[in-house]
Amino acid sequence: MTTINLPTILRQHTGGAKKITASGRTIGEVFAAIGNEYPKLGEQLTNPEGGLPVFVNVFLEDEDIRYLDGLDTEVEDDADITILPAVAGGR
Amino acid sequence: MKVRLAAGIRAAMVEHAYRCHPEEACGLFAGPSGVDIAKVYPTTNALHSSTNYTIEPKEHLQAIRDADASGWEIVGTFHSHPHTVGYPSVTDVTLAPDPSWLYILVGMEDYDSPTVRAFRIRDGEITEEELEFEENDQ
Repeated sequence: MTTINLPTILRQHTGGAKKITASGRTIGEVFAAIGNEYPKLGEQLTNPEGGLPVFVNVFLEDEDIRYLDGLDTEVEDDADITILPAVAGGR
Repeated sequence: MKVRLAAGIRAAMVEHAYRCHPEEACGLFAGPSGVDIAKVYPTTNALHSSTNYTIEPKEHLQAIRDADASGWEIVGTFHSHPHTVGYPSVTDVTLAPDPSWLYILVGMEDYDSPTVRAFRIRDGEITEEELEFEENDQ
């Protein structure tokens, strides 16, 4: 199973759980599995076009998946994924 | 309830704001709770802009791991306004990522006397929080 580490803002959708597990051959499949178990969380992980939302960053181990193959990035069964909110602002 | 900042945090934020000037400086905080800030992580502004900031995501990941090793959470973020008052802008409110976080602004309208103010941003509403600095960190 892949471990997914969640930021505080997303734990409201998992009953407060900081880490969850899910299976899939790619990040997209893992997110689909998450969506089946936690529908509200799943909605936060993909945009209406099926891509990664602009204000969500996803790391597979130490690598930002935007610099890999995005949601098509393949994952090992014991992989560690971290989801982060983008932190941004301006004058 | 006052928000307590551990020693050196205020100074570290102001120092980072000066170092990055005229670009916006930014960073994250960790602590055991949202009213007890134990550590600050100055980060790179990925936009290198004087009017906008985005925390470099990889440094965010490193901060989370460092905080986790101490049993802490990331409980807030700070950034500077290099030329204007330290109060959340419309963009800051719109993009605020987490209603449980503390948002600290370093205002450099007066370059020689920067201000450090803290806010909660929930449902588009801004509420100022009182900060309690440890001794010698005024």
